[in-house]
Amino acid sequence: MTAGIRPGLDRLRQAWALFRQWSGDDAYERYLAHHHAAHPGQAPLSRRAFIRRHHHERFSSGVNRCC
Amino acid sequence: MSLRLSSLLWVAVAVLGAFMLGGIALHRGESIDALWLIVAAVCIYALAYRFYAAWIAARVLALDAGRATPAVRLANGRDFVPTHRWVVFGHHFAAIAGPGPLVGPTLAAQFGYLPGTLWILIGAVLGGCVQDMVILFCSLRRDGRGLGQMARDELGPIAGSAALIGTFMILVVLISALGLTVVNAMKHSPWATATVAATIPIAMLIGLYMHQLRPGRVLEGTLIGLALLLFATVGGGWIDTLPGVRTWFDWDGASLAWMIMVYGFAAAILPVWLLLAPRDYLSTFLKLGTVFLLAIALVVLNPPLKMPAVTPFIDGSGPIFAGPVFPFVFITIACGAVSGFHALVASGTTPKLLDSEAPVPLVGYGSMILESFVAIMALVAATMLDPGVYFAINSPAGLIGTDPVQATAIITGWGYPVSAAQMAELAREMGETSLFSRTGGAPSLAVGMASIFSSAFGERMLAVWYHFAIMFEAVFILTTLDAGTRVGRFLLQDLLGTLWAPLGRTSWTPSVLLSSLLVVAAWGYFLRMGVLDPNGGVNILWPLFGISNQMLAAIALSVATGILAKSGRLRYAWVTGLPLLWLIIVTTTAAAYKVLSADPRIGFFAGARDLAERLASGALPPEKAAVAPQLIFNLHVDGWLTVFFAALLWIIVLDMAYTVWRVAAGRPVLPLRESAAASDLDLAQGERA
Repeated sequence: MTAGIRPGLDRLRQAWALFRQWSGDDAYERYLAHHHAAHPGQAPLSRRAFIRRHHHERFSSGVNRCC
Repeated sequence: MSLRLSSLLWVAVAVLGAFMLGGIALHRGESIDALWLIVAAVCIYALAYRFYAAWIAARVLALDAGRATPAVRLANGRDFVPTHRWVVFGHHFAAIAGPGPLVGPTLAAQFGYLPGTLWILIGAVLGGCVQDMVILFCSLRRDGRGLGQMARDELGPIAGSAALIGTFMILVVLISALGLTVVNAMKHSPWATATVAATIPIAMLIGLYMHQLRPGRVLEGTLIGLALLLFATVGGGWIDTLPGVRTWFDWDGASLAWMIMVYGFAAAILPVWLLLAPRDYLSTFLKLGTVFLLAIALVVLNPPLKMPAVTPFIDGSGPIFAGPVFPFVFITIACGAVSGFHALVASGTTPKLLDSEAPVPLVGYGSMILESFVAIMALVAATMLDPGVYFAINSPAGLIGTDPVQATAIITGWGYPVSAAQMAELAREMGETSLFSRTGGAPSLAVGMASIFSSAFGERMLAVWYHFAIMFEAVFILTTLDAGTRVGRFLLQDLLGTLWAPLGRTSWTPSVLLSSLLVVAAWGYFLRMGVLDPNGGVNILWPLFGISNQMLAAIALSVATGILAKSGRLRYAWVTGLPLLWLIIVTTTAAAYKVLSADPRIGFFAGARDLAERLASGALPPEKAAVAPQLIFNLHVDGWLTVFFAALLWIIVLDMAYTVWRVAAGRPVLPLRESAAASDLDLAQGERA
């Protein structure tokens, strides 16, 4: 029984993860992962500082909304 | 699935699509159901994606799934981020799908449902989807460079400058055309105005929530925001019943135009996190949710299309905008068929996210298919209305007058029966005082959506659905307006920076204020003229927008064709060359009509002459005579602007043709600026080591 449900649940979990990524809900977690990998030993930005920079950049780099 | 089963399936899709199309073409004299259109469209999209997009990917572009993309090579955790293909698809679709595919088909429904449907389907699968996909590919191979930069690199400085100036001009015209749509939806409607006004503090509240209270909790914030928006939709109706309060939200078009300009300026200079970012989240969720809901409702309801397949207005006498079906249906429906603006997105953020070349057809071609489908739904929503009602809502007061009895008599005289009592009852049901001459497309789409939603999901909440639809359109029109103003500001600062370097610094306050003010003044001018013009608004601004957007598409396709020719794919250059040829014909013909036509409703200069004569002879009532000099001046501006757009188009096309000719003749051209594949980079690094 559980063997039948598990793949379905995994799939749902994966879809939810993709949805969070699309919406930007997990942006800070992804930033932390990238930061620890790329700049080990350096202190990362705080959640608040990161999200402000993140949003500022998103709307300062060309066309991302259209007619 | 086995090969044989799969072939059988695709044959079945082709037969079903052909049957539906045949049904649409042969159904004459009686109404057909929306499902015919929807099923035919889905079959065509499926076939085009499975075969044409796949063929372009394999043969023309020769996509290399193993080649490292900019997101992989330049990964920095900020703008270059390797991202799952479905996430990129979601981002790209959310970025390209704006109000355009809703408004254009609604206006073009004056020709009947057939011209618009055919152009949306054929234009998308052979033109728009191809453009988006090839430009995405070109940018992907060039470190995610923008369209202007690619034009400069591959065709030369003239084409590059033309692309940049063209982009700026189209932004200005686009924002004013969309602004006019919102103004006409809010004009003397306290409910709509109160609801739309409430979206601003709601967005700011969510901005504070996402940044101060619970930083980064985007989904939480957006959910709360959506709940507040629904509350504001109902609350607007409540305000409408309060005699003292409702007058605060009861404004004429001219005042609303000024308010939108003030809002646009404020949005451009306020911090992004406070207004722009939260509004963008709300608008994206609202947009996707509503489009999804509309698709379900249309399938459940399957409404009959009451508009005839083709109306007599194809001769150019249409009340909503003047001009014959060729070329005007092709510029009225830009977004949904071919939209040059998409090339800016496809060469902007999207190529910096793809983790492989393999999803290029999904993201480039597939997203545009979905947008095209949104346009088909908008067309259904417009053509399922009683044609008489559709024309009463969308015809300007300058044409049908302001007296309900006279207006309905005129429209009935065109062959589309409607009565003043019917319009009064409709307005009452929708919670409005009047629905006459609410031009711009949004109100008639809202009436269509309200009747679809209320029939499909039961109950008689027509008025709430109507204002929900208005709020939905206004929210993402205002999102396009403030995001567009901001992009315009960056483009202008770039331009001004070449005159005096400090003006180019994007964070220097005086430069920010000056350039934002200039951008708002530019679109504000056209918006104000559109509001003042009794015949004008849509009739002037939408063709200008269509011409400029198709001009940008021609620029993008020129860049793509040039790159195909230069990269040894000359024999496949027709893939972008044919849609380009069609856009050149359409845009040039439309521009010629708008400049040269002697019909004062079509030609800008003829319109100016006509108005000047009526002013001189004293035929105008005093309030119209007062604004006539401004309108005459504006018609001249519009005429010269059209000439300018056509000139830009031809400069870049000739520049491209020259490059292609040199390639064909075996002469040297600017080197291809494709960035090296990762394997080449590895080799080079290995040699250095």
